[in-house]
Amino acid sequence: MPTLTYRDALNQALREEMQRDDTVFLMGEEVGVYQGAYKVSRGLLDEFGPMRVVDTPITELGFAGVGVGAAMVGLRPVIEFMTWNFALLAVDQLVNSAAKMRYMSNGQVGVPAVFRGPGGAALQLAAQHSQAFESWYAHIPGLKVVTPATPADAKGLLKSAIRDDNPVVFIEGEMLYNTKGEVPDGEHVVPLGRADIKREGADVTLVCHSKTVSVALKAAEQLASNGVNPEVVDLRTIRPLDVDAILNSVAKTHRCVVVEEGWPFAGIGAQVVDHIQREAFDELDAPVLRVTGADVPMPYNKQLERAAKADPEKIVAAVNQVLYRE
Amino acid sequence: MAESTAARPKAKPKGLDPARAEQYRQWLRQMLLIRRFEEKAGEAYSLGKIGGFCHLYIGQEAVAVGSLGALDPDDYITCSYREHGHALARGISARAVMAELFGKATGCSGGKGGSMHLFDASLGFLGGHAIVGAHIPIATGMAFAIKYRNTSQVAVCYFGEAAVNNGAFHEALNMAALWKLPVIYLCENNRYGMGTALERASALYDISERACSYDMANEVVDGQEVLTMNAAMERAVQRARTEKLPTLLEVRTYRFMGHSMSDPIHGHYRTREEVEDQRKRDPIAVWSQRLIADGLMDEAAVRSMDKDVMEEVEDAYQYADESPEPELDQLYTDVYAEEERKE
Ligand SMILES: Cc1ncc(C[n+]2csc(CCOP(=O)(O)OP(=O)(O)O)c2C)c(N)n1
Ligand SMILES: [Mg+2]
Repeated sequence: MPTLTYRDALNQALREEMQRDDTVFLMGEEVGVYQGAYKVSRGLLDEFGPMRVVDTPITELGFAGVGVGAAMVGLRPVIEFMTWNFALLAVDQLVNSAAKMRYMSNGQVGVPAVFRGPGGAALQLAAQHSQAFESWYAHIPGLKVVTPATPADAKGLLKSAIRDDNPVVFIEGEMLYNTKGEVPDGEHVVPLGRADIKREGADVTLVCHSKTVSVALKAAEQLASNGVNPEVVDLRTIRPLDVDAILNSVAKTHRCVVVEEGWPFAGIGAQVVDHIQREAFDELDAPVLRVTGADVPMPYNKQLERAAKADPEKIVAAVNQVLYRE
Repeated sequence: MAESTAARPKAKPKGLDPARAEQYRQWLRQMLLIRRFEEKAGEAYSLGKIGGFCHLYIGQEAVAVGSLGALDPDDYITCSYREHGHALARGISARAVMAELFGKATGCSGGKGGSMHLFDASLGFLGGHAIVGAHIPIATGMAFAIKYRNTSQVAVCYFGEAAVNNGAFHEALNMAALWKLPVIYLCENNRYGMGTALERASALYDISERACSYDMANEVVDGQEVLTMNAAMERAVQRARTEKLPTLLEVRTYRFMGHSMSDPIHGHYRTREEVEDQRKRDPIAVWSQRLIADGLMDEAAVRSMDKDVMEEVEDAYQYADESPEPELDQLYTDVYAEEERKE
């Protein structure tokens, strides 16, 4: 199987879907001539031309709305946000337009659009460029929210998202673009709404998604060398949430730590914990703990930034706590 | 006080084209239908049959009728929340619109949209939208799709004059001009956004001039004159269909009622005298008098048309009243294309 970066896996998904379906087009800032702010769209302008790879002005609200309108009348837009921080200017179109159209029109008009771009913190980009917004969009009925962690999932989930008839918020990991992994050629489609066990284990369940999957896997290695065998459940899709996968794992391990990059208040972990306490209460041998980003705007200073992020050490500490060790 | 938005006096219009007599009479009928429908909706609202916000179109009828009259069946239309008139003029039945206002299963949005969210995809009627300005980029996206598929359709977007101070308006117009999209932005300048007069909200009095920032064709139109409205729209449609270029139409009109049913007709922001004065240019009176003067109708024919329309509205009311409520299981349908797990 070929080894690709996460960036090139996304590129492959876009290229294949644009070849397969001529209603699919890509629109956003710097996607064409510049080849993408993160080079996800490299080569696509040459292959598909400027009607299908459309450079926009810096006008997030505007081009998100263009995506909604084009989708309402039968195209399948892929709208790229340079990062999800800038998509805040377009939230109205995602929440008030894309998510509502099918319902308000009694099923007459859907919005089969993908809104994609990098989310989460990179390195020392400070408060306005280091934010994980998946819980915002996951709150909204009518939207799907997808957060791939590996190159193979990035490709397979993006293909599903483009084929999906609903508006999909597709949040890529800004720190993941250079990561490499095996990616199946051609028709590799990962269904939305299915979690994936990234590491089988028995003693504790680590629920994570996007960038925190690799963080959880690192923590799992450290724990394994200490005789603890964690199971790592990658949610992959936040909405619809694969509750069964979480419950099945908890039924096996009886302990759980939920990890996420975002802030703790009303975060993804809060939702996961709610399902576990309602549906697997009798399975639990310890309260479920959460490891999240610190509840502060992201600082610039390197040490402070490190302290603000979920890392393997914090996960190990939480696991020890749910195992009542040390 | 700034000058009135009513049209400035013009040269006396030429005689009406007798070959279009049937169309001209239809316009009158559509305007009457909207007027009587809205009066009935107001009544139903007071009786508690209609809930939520309800924005009447009385006074602006010639705008929807004249402009929609210039479109083809496969064109795309998006409106604001003040869209009962556009829905009727586009051909959604009075029954389906009234039933939607009543929240009934037989409404054009199944009772799930209400007054502000009327849809009929089969007529290209793609929504009343209730976030001021938000549908301006959406209509622009529909025009993008038209260009993408290289058809000769046009996309039309109706919005109030208060929306032009909103970023979405500017972002959309810039893209439409930049990319040469077949879209018509039809600004219904009824002088007020709720209680805020145009000149208290906009640094520029002539909204049409805002198009100059985007090098876009534009025109000021008398919206109380259905034929004038139609002719201006035809020019814009022609530009969109053949030259693939956008237009901003600033259509000067006036809302005779309050902003919504919960708002009085005048109040602190405008005087009774101003409303009385504007009512002298009632678009229905203007047009029926014109038809009579040109011998295309007589008083008796107008009266009988009005009676006919009132019966249609009465029937719509009865239909809406007797229609079933949506089933409770409709609560969870159409959230997603495939239905998601229900809580
Ligand atoms: C973004 C946004 N802000 C505020 C409102 C509340 N609001 C509803 S209608 C309206 C006035 C709009 O006036 P105008 O655009 O002139 O349309 P008209 O009501 O005159 O038809 C306001 C402020 C809203 N719906 N959306
Ligand atoms: Mg207004």
